[in-house]
Amino acid sequence: MASYSTNEFRSGLKVMLDGDPCSVIENEFVKPGKGQAFNRVKLRNLKSGRVWERTFKSGESLEAADVMDYDMEYLYTDGEFWHFMMTDGSFEQHAADAKAVEESINWLKEQEVYVVTLYNGAPLSVSSPNFVELEVIETDPGLKGDTAQGGTKPATLSTGATVNVPLFVNIGEILRIDTRKGEYVSRAKS
Amino acid sequence: MWQPACKLEQLKARAELYALVRDFFARRQVLEVETPLISRASATDPMLDSVSLNLSAGDAVGPRPFYLNTSPEFPMKRLLAAGSGPIYQICKSFRDGENGRRHNPEFTMLEWYRPGFDLEQLMDEVEQLVLGVLQCSPATRRSYRNAFVEITGIDPFSVSDAALSDLARERAAYNGPVLSRDENLDLLLSVLIEPELGKQGPEFVYHYPASQAALAKVGETADGYAIAERFELYIEGLEIANGYFELTDAREQHKRFKEDNQQRVKLGKPEITIDRFLLDALAAGMPSSAGVALGLDRLLMLRSKLSRIQDVLAFPIERS
Repeated sequence: MASYSTNEFRSGLKVMLDGDPCSVIENEFVKPGKGQAFNRVKLRNLKSGRVWERTFKSGESLEAADVMDYDMEYLYTDGEFWHFMMTDGSFEQHAADAKAVEESINWLKEQEVYVVTLYNGAPLSVSSPNFVELEVIETDPGLKGDTAQGGTKPATLSTGATVNVPLFVNIGEILRIDTRKGEYVSRAKS
Repeated sequence: MWQPACKLEQLKARAELYALVRDFFARRQVLEVETPLISRASATDPMLDSVSLNLSAGDAVGPRPFYLNTSPEFPMKRLLAAGSGPIYQICKSFRDGENGRRHNPEFTMLEWYRPGFDLEQLMDEVEQLVLGVLQCSPATRRSYRNAFVEITGIDPFSVSDAALSDLARERAAYNGPVLSRDENLDLLLSVLIEPELGKQGPEFVYHYPASQAALAKVGETADGYAIAERFELYIEGLEIANGYFELTDAREQHKRFKEDNQQRVKLGKPEITIDRFLLDALAAGMPSSAGVALGLDRLLMLRSKLSRIQDVLAFPIERS
């Protein structure tokens, strides 16, 4: 596998650090007037999601991580794994475990396309599109005519996620949800 | 990418800065000079990587290696030895591998030499130039040792190598192969100390460890630690200038060149051709002088209140 020198570190580059795949967030070159140059690097550990700060001597190198992002359609879950299929026409399927779908489990909808990150060929993480449209399966009855601001109530969606929605929302309606904040945006236009 | 990286107003700001600098030195009867950017020898400093090129000097020898200067120091010292008196130069300098928000591999340096000055007098003059350019509050001065003690709590002269390494790991997030003492000091300076320097106006840091003398004379502290007669100027955490009470001893200079090259070999870097003309000039007699190199792009960043060097360059390396 290739390796990258500190001066090639760019945001988004995937490298191995302490045995874990990481994504470079930021790379700053520092050098006192005279003397040794260093690179101060921020990386996201792709396994734990944690941000690491590390300082390297300029010119040191790290091994590239075999990490690639693919668009995949969510198919179904068997309770233990969540199954996805490549959208490139290969119909190749990948099974993600609970850890990999942790971030997006609330927003997984069949036939929707997600970004699945493969590490050494296996799903490492699954990220949702910024917005998904999901059906309300349970909520208190809607208040007629109350379309103005004021008051919210919890609603359970088809994925099992609970979000706060305006009082006028009814069971069976499709809502547009911002997955980054886990918030109701609007009723979906159908 | 054909367009300039900086705003067009920065072209004017640069021209104004150069006019201020030239006026400053004209009033002080310091002569503007010009020396070659292409030389057959270069700086041996193991931490500087010269850009080399092949050039045919139009003679029978054919193409052969030359370097682009990392600063105009050597030829300017030859002028001093030839009796030029006080001189300054504004020129491009080149350092391979230095690129970031405060570095561009090609940058503009203001370098000047003052025969008869000591380090104190030169710091005074640097301060006057900077105050004129930035209209800021007067400078403060702090020894390298005090800066270290006050900011990190350790004495850089007496601390053990092991304690330095621990500090680098704990507070500078360094986890790689073991660093030398000077590398650790450089790391702590860059990560912990520099951001704290020059917050309330320009700040001079002086008397570096003798191991970091580069081309400065070496002295001693009252309690017997060897120090370099060298200063650096910081403003808002940005390193602006590096000054020396200049080494004028040809034999000592030759020794440092050779030690640098031995160090380069250890680091797996190419040896650099030693500047015989400089050694000959020192042997012939260079007057006792203080000299300083100041990064004009960075001074312009401060004057224009911009935080990236790319904001003051028309065409940084990515667009060159």
